[in-house]
Amino acid sequence: MPRPELQAPPEIFYNDTEARKYTTSSRIVEIQARISERALELLNLPDDGVPRLLLDIGCGSGLSGEAMTENGHHWIGYDISQSMLNVAVEREVDGDLLLADMGQGLGLRPGVIDGAISISAVQWLCYADKSSHEPRMRLKAFFGSLYRCLARGARAVLQLYAENMDQSTMILTCAMRAGFGGGVVVDWPHSSKAKKAYIVLTCGPPSAQAWLPKGKGEDGEMCTDSDEDSDDENETVGMYDRSRPRKKMKVNKKGRGRAWVLKKKEQMRKKGNVVPPDTKYTARKRKARF
Amino acid sequence: MRLLTHNMLSSNVKGVVNGFPLRLEASSWVEKEVEFNADFLRSMFPKIDWPALAGAAQKIGYAALPDTADATMLESEDFLKKFHHALLEIHVEEGALVCPESGRRFPINKGIPNMLLNEDEV
Ligand SMILES: C[S@@+](CC[C@H](N)C(=O)[O-])C[C@H]1O[C@@H](n2cnc3c(N)ncnc32)[C@H](O)[C@@H]1O
Repeated sequence: MPRPELQAPPEIFYNDTEARKYTTSSRIVEIQARISERALELLNLPDDGVPRLLLDIGCGSGLSGEAMTENGHHWIGYDISQSMLNVAVEREVDGDLLLADMGQGLGLRPGVIDGAISISAVQWLCYADKSSHEPRMRLKAFFGSLYRCLARGARAVLQLYAENMDQSTMILTCAMRAGFGGGVVVDWPHSSKAKKAYIVLTCGPPSAQAWLPKGKGEDGEMCTDSDEDSDDENETVGMYDRSRPRKKMKVNKKGRGRAWVLKKKEQMRKKGNVVPPDTKYTARKRKARF
Repeated sequence: MRLLTHNMLSSNVKGVVNGFPLRLEASSWVEKEVEFNADFLRSMFPKIDWPALAGAAQKIGYAALPDTADATMLESEDFLKKFHHALLEIHVEEGALVCPESGRRFPINKGIPNMLLNEDEV
């Protein structure tokens, strides 16, 4: 079976049947609960027992919200699938629910939210399901609104299943552009089944952003999924910092190279544009003058 | 949807500059008891837009909140109880949220506001 994201838009894919199937699978219930618990831990909320106001983005039928409720927090859940939300209502979840598309922005007042989690949902933004959809624009709207609604110092933890490196890079880049600092925490990086990537984002001055925890590698309860390696597998990949100059992220290599330029020129010719002929000088670096 | 959420939501329609507060129209609501936690109320208070909360509470017939409030009132148990009730225990089930600037209506069904925008509103 291809990935759900390739089959249909989320509001179609998660129809009544799928929403019920999803929520009654004890395997899924267990996995989502475990991921959500971990995401909540990565939010690193103050350990003072005071309930917080949190978001669950792509909350579905409320499986991920349970961890927040169990820890005494209040939450607002966003989902684009009416069927998933119907199941959430049936299950009498404690969070408030909104039928909304995160790619259109969250529509919240600035600085009012204490933290946000999103479990297995944000990768959906990488797919253009309508002709008007531009993944980058939708990611921008999402991260921009997420950054604005969070209180300074608050965090967002997004567990997601990117299809490939390009997607994870695109998601991270959009998050950094919105002003977030942070990086990726990978739990169980050597297990194809148990491996989970969490984007941990922090909002506010770089001092508040220095914190990035280690991924999990050895842990008794997780070994149900991954028991191939029991050695220390902790790994934290990718440290991104907002204070790093933005330009560096773009011009990291020596430009695109001759093959790329030739390809682009060919594409332009096919479109009927007037393009200078290819010569030995094509795509050569200009000498530094002055 | 509880008034807590109403107090945070702002209209997202393209071109709207001030989408807060969304006007609340409620045709049905229910009350559900929620465990009282004074610390939560104290930590939320600075983030609450009080006139919006008091106004929304009034719309659903809960007129016990003062028109204005300041942090010194958080000392009063009586004030906290009312704040708690308005913020967390009233669930709007059917009705709508209306953008104060564009007039766009976001219907509320089974307690869930439909905040989906049309393509030309993004
Ligand atoms: C795999 S489910 C996860 C649900 C829930 N977080 C959990 O852990 O059980 C992914 C959810 O993301 C939602 N989703 C996908 N795209 C979305 C969007 N653009 N806005 C809001 N929700 C979206 C889907 O409707 C679906 O309910």
